[in-house]
Amino acid sequence: MRNFYLIFKKELKSYFYSPIAYAVMTIFLIITGYFFYNIFATFSTLSFQAQMNPTLAKQYNLLNISESVVRPLFGNVSVIMLLLMPLLTMRLFSEEKRSGTIELLLTYPVRDIEVVLGKFAACLAIFSIMLVFTLLYPFLIKIYGQPELGPIITGYIGLFFMGAAFIAFGIFASTLTENQVVAAVLSFGVLLFFWMAGYSISFVSSSLVSVLSYIALTQHLESFAKGVIDSGDIIYYLNFTMLCIFLSLRALESKKWRG
Amino acid sequence: MIEVENLTKTYGSYNALKGINFRVEKGEILGFLGPNGAGKTTTMRILTCFFPATSGKATVAGYDVFENSLEVKKRIGYLPENVPLYKDMEITDYLTFVGRIKGVSAKDIKTKVSKVMGDCGITHMAGKLIGELSKGYRQRVGLAQALINDPEVLILDEPTIGLDPKQIIEIRQLIKNLAGRHTVILSTHILPEVSMTCQRVVIINEGRVIAVDTPHNLTNQIQKAARIFFKIEGPAVNVVKELNKVKGVKMIEKKETSNGVTDYIVELEKGNENRKVLPELIIKNGWGLHEMRSVEMSLEDIFIKLVTEEKGVKT
Ligand SMILES: Nc1ncnc2c1ncn2[C@@H]1O[C@H](COP(=O)(O)OP(=O)(O)OP(=O)(O)O)[C@@H](O)[C@H]1O
Ligand SMILES: [Mg+2]
Repeated sequence: MRNFYLIFKKELKSYFYSPIAYAVMTIFLIITGYFFYNIFATFSTLSFQAQMNPTLAKQYNLLNISESVVRPLFGNVSVIMLLLMPLLTMRLFSEEKRSGTIELLLTYPVRDIEVVLGKFAACLAIFSIMLVFTLLYPFLIKIYGQPELGPIITGYIGLFFMGAAFIAFGIFASTLTENQVVAAVLSFGVLLFFWMAGYSISFVSSSLVSVLSYIALTQHLESFAKGVIDSGDIIYYLNFTMLCIFLSLRALESKKWRG
Repeated sequence: MIEVENLTKTYGSYNALKGINFRVEKGEILGFLGPNGAGKTTTMRILTCFFPATSGKATVAGYDVFENSLEVKKRIGYLPENVPLYKDMEITDYLTFVGRIKGVSAKDIKTKVSKVMGDCGITHMAGKLIGELSKGYRQRVGLAQALINDPEVLILDEPTIGLDPKQIIEIRQLIKNLAGRHTVILSTHILPEVSMTCQRVVIINEGRVIAVDTPHNLTNQIQKAARIFFKIEGPAVNVVKELNKVKGVKMIEKKETSNGVTDYIVELEKGNENRKVLPELIIKNGWGLHEMRSVEMSLEDIFIKLVTEEKGVKT
């Protein structure tokens, strides 16, 4: 436990020394800010129209902001995460391998799992900080309108679990290569594949739908954005995360075997 | 303290170690000698549990490096060959991190860090980022991280490489002072370093141990003849002729001459060292004896000899 904490602290600190974390955070905040601004703009136009023509508004149920804008919002944020998260995870093991520091790290009296979890937790902490910053936007919307808070809160919970899954896969990719760029491309590519699996649900035959919608990482975000916490979705993300962490451990071990 | 039995390591299809055997007693400093690619680093990596051997057994302080690696790791301080350190950390932060992870308590860590920094001569660099350090200072930080928790066993892969002469002497002294309380294995290409710091030497070549002994015994064993250096004033032709008549003289090698004084190296058969007769003979002939001393075979000579002999046997 102490080793886990020491590695966590060291990794967290080195995020603050690296320009990548700042760049990723800034871009993430700007883009999510832009999405939220759009929501706010849509909301104010709609409520203006509703004032002019209440019957029309009722007809389209446009005032239900959660349905029309909050749900797509979380979908969009998940795509941004897909692009940015590999940049946070690519360094974690690749850099240790390239610079050879892994030789010292693995000869210290630490278990591999403490190393992997420490790094995972540090990255998850950075991601959580990013998410917490974006909470500013719903606050602003709350001041100007009356969005339903439920779906926003559950949406954030969904993003957190999805982020954990992304990070775990990124770490696995990072244990496979000593080249950071390769690690980033690999994790981006595979996560994109999982995202596209969800994308093609509307085209494939019904037997495939259930499979695809189960493996699709982003598909499981849907219910969160609707304001529902489905334990099945949480379990899916947790399983994905644990599988990736297990694979990372195996990759580290096999590196030892091969020498 | 350290026992290595029939250790082999195969990289793909390449046999880097072909059955290594040696022991290191508690408190001993063992020198690990061998040409490039001999397998020194590979052996050290197995002992430090970085990767397992292909076959064979190695124990450190009674613990198997493969089965009980965590116990072994707790007892080892390791300085890898190319000194990999986190470039984005400050020296003090780094040593604190390593010390804590190696089990130094939060209470003791400050004193430990400052002590080890003093020992390795990096106190005045405390606030610097490791990435900004020169090669020699990185080496010292590497040594400091190995020493931080006062481990029972130290495994140092070429510890003095890249240091300035003054620091080399200091570090060698530091290593020498570790003897007794600590068990040390150090690899090096610098042969005088071995005779200065180590009690025993293991010479390996192409993945095999070719000699294990004290530096002194190695010199004696390999040296098949006593060699004596003379500086004699007199006609060289006569000198060679007369000296050759002495019983036990195997060979006379004439070196350079200046101002009528010539240098010779005389090889005497072992056990028949007529050291006394030679100067008497020179004086009797009326030549001037300017200098006489015995020439020790250096570890370099022994090393080259062993390594080339090994080659000769194989081909
Ligand atoms: N990861 C690896 N993959 C393949 N071969 C390797 C690997 N590491 C070392 N070798 C080979 O194993 C042999 C022994 O290497 P090792 O690094 O142990 O030598 P060394 O005695 O430390 O040499 P040096 O004095 O140059 O440091 C060399 O021939 C080397 O090419
Ligand atoms: Mg080496």
